[in-house]
Amino acid sequence: NIPSMSTSDSEEDSYNERTALVASEIPSVPSYQQDPDQPQPADMEPRRRTVAPEPAAEPPSLDRSAVEREPVDLEEEEELPLKYGAKHVIMLFVPVTLCMVVVVATIKSVSFYTEKNGQQLIYTPFTEDTDTVGERLLNSVLNTIIMISVIVVMTIFLVVLYKYRCYKFIHGWLILSSLMMLFWFSFMYLGEVFKTYNLAMDYPTVAMIIWNFGVVGMICIHWKGPLQLQQAYLIAISALMALVFIKYLPEWSAWVILGAISVYDLVAVLCPKGPLRMLVETAQERNEPIFPALIYSSAMIWMVGMANPARHAEPTNQDTGTFCLISAYNPLALTMLRGVKLGLGDFIFYSVLVGKAAATGGDWNTTLACFVAILIGLCLTLLLLAIFKKALPALPISITFGLVFYFSTDNLVRPFMDNLAAHQFYI
Amino acid sequence: MTASVFFGCTFIAFGPAIALFLFTIARDPLRVIFLIAGAFFWLCSLLLSSLVWFITVQISNKESSSQQKGLLIFGVVLSVLLQETFRFGYYKLLKKANEGLLMLSAEETMPISIRQLAYVSGLGFGFMSGAFSMVNILADSVGPGTIGIHGDSQHYFLSSAFMTMAIILLHMFWGVVFFDSCEKQHWWSLAVVVISHLLVSCLTFQNPQYVGSLVPTYIIVFLVGLWAFFCSGGSLRNLKLCLTCKDKDFLLANHRPR
Repeated sequence: NIPSMSTSDSEEDSYNERTALVASEIPSVPSYQQDPDQPQPADMEPRRRTVAPEPAAEPPSLDRSAVEREPVDLEEEEELPLKYGAKHVIMLFVPVTLCMVVVVATIKSVSFYTEKNGQQLIYTPFTEDTDTVGERLLNSVLNTIIMISVIVVMTIFLVVLYKYRCYKFIHGWLILSSLMMLFWFSFMYLGEVFKTYNLAMDYPTVAMIIWNFGVVGMICIHWKGPLQLQQAYLIAISALMALVFIKYLPEWSAWVILGAISVYDLVAVLCPKGPLRMLVETAQERNEPIFPALIYSSAMIWMVGMANPARHAEPTNQDTGTFCLISAYNPLALTMLRGVKLGLGDFIFYSVLVGKAAATGGDWNTTLACFVAILIGLCLTLLLLAIFKKALPALPISITFGLVFYFSTDNLVRPFMDNLAAHQFYI
Repeated sequence: MTASVFFGCTFIAFGPAIALFLFTIARDPLRVIFLIAGAFFWLCSLLLSSLVWFITVQISNKESSSQQKGLLIFGVVLSVLLQETFRFGYYKLLKKANEGLLMLSAEETMPISIRQLAYVSGLGFGFMSGAFSMVNILADSVGPGTIGIHGDSQHYFLSSAFMTMAIILLHMFWGVVFFDSCEKQHWWSLAVVVISHLLVSCLTFQNPQYVGSLVPTYIIVFLVGLWAFFCSGGSLRNLKLCLTCKDKDFLLANHRPR
């Protein structure tokens, strides 16, 4: 039940070479503000034809064939992935980039998030202040095991709750966690920014700012709001969460956790008995959307809860065959076909990786390399999505690339580039 | 060493590239993707060359500075050759991908032409190369300090910025010429591209004698730019039509309601 306006980016493609591939269309879902009888511009024509047969589409069966697509005209069958592919890749690149930029900018300017004062999360109880390298490694592995078990337990708990239809509990949990993010963490963040720039501020003003920020955020995320505002809030929440992880996760544990969570992601989404896969399948069976509060959607396709009886031709997410999934701490799947969705956990972990690259060492080359690696990983994942057309884990490829490039750039490329810069040689 | 130096050098180094990106690439998602993929390929080439250099340094005599300098020069040459190899690899990949896309789509024409890909990939290489050369220097220029206080050149930032701009433009031109020569199987022009890249890098060995490195580099930029212009179908007639706003095809194609 996340409503929003449809993104109105309808550029007209004038060059022939581009019209074939880059479609400016978005799903022609009328927003709650738009008049549904408004004539659509001509270039949205092809999609209208695909949207119209919706009511006739049969409900998704239990048969787990990879894609449930509405009946489309045959010649559009092949075009759809290409037409939407590139545009949706960019629609994900932009928010991921923005989130990373916010995190890197904060890390580089606000020193609070890079100061280690010995405080750690309860999920990582083992300290890394040990005498030997072996002990440190052991402690970080133990920390990772604990963290991943916590995540696994929570995910399974969530799946169980969902299966037994305890929706109120889940919604309460999500509301509580977004409350904490929007009020408490943003208050902390604001305080640190003021400290860094030595700005004088009084409590009533701060209370006003945080109250407004938080309440509008809650409304946007859990109820109705403009799509772009909602996207902005989701990016803000992911950035805040990533900053918390960067501050409180010890050095080596963070890297091992990143690696382990990609493996978990792979297992949870692809294995037949994986919790996330079961969640997706259950949601599909029931023909319901899942946890809209923790998914970043590139386009508006959710209309559940806003149904106006006159407009029953709108596609719901299930009719269009999109399905995706998130859990409170590691949203992992994403899909295509009518707007791509990426879980907030993916944003968080990408930003943690890039933020840690920015935090450790003053080298910008490492940060840049990780950034490009993650984007390319995301691109490849979306390509696989276009090929396999089912929910896929978004973490493994990007995090692997990111980790490989982080360690190799930090240890191999950095001395090389430093030497070159010292002599002012150019390659 | 203030904000003005920072902004000045940033705009000198990245101004043309960002303008090209904003006006020609940013609106087209497919081009953006191929730009980032080009940047990734350059990064991979750099990684490989750094690995080789690192290994050679580890097994060498770390005390002898002349040996280190020699190894660095070797690293530079190796890096240039690897960059061109990866450019060739990217070309092959793009050809395969284009064929694949053509098969997948119902269209008869490719969604993006090989010339556009050449331009975009060249720019991607240029962006990454420029960023890696310049970003650390820019970050340092924001902070306090005096440049050249130990007797080094005082024009370090400025010359770096100009050199970076030249390199970015060169990568773009090289991309266009490279892909064109691969398409037409003109291996000699391929060799000229590689040699000019080597030449530009070797000219920088003269730094901090900037006259010796910057001036020839800009001459090469101009020449390669001309070559790329003619390779991509430009001609004096085209240029005249374009500049006097008489090119009907271009005007018609660009007429979009805002």
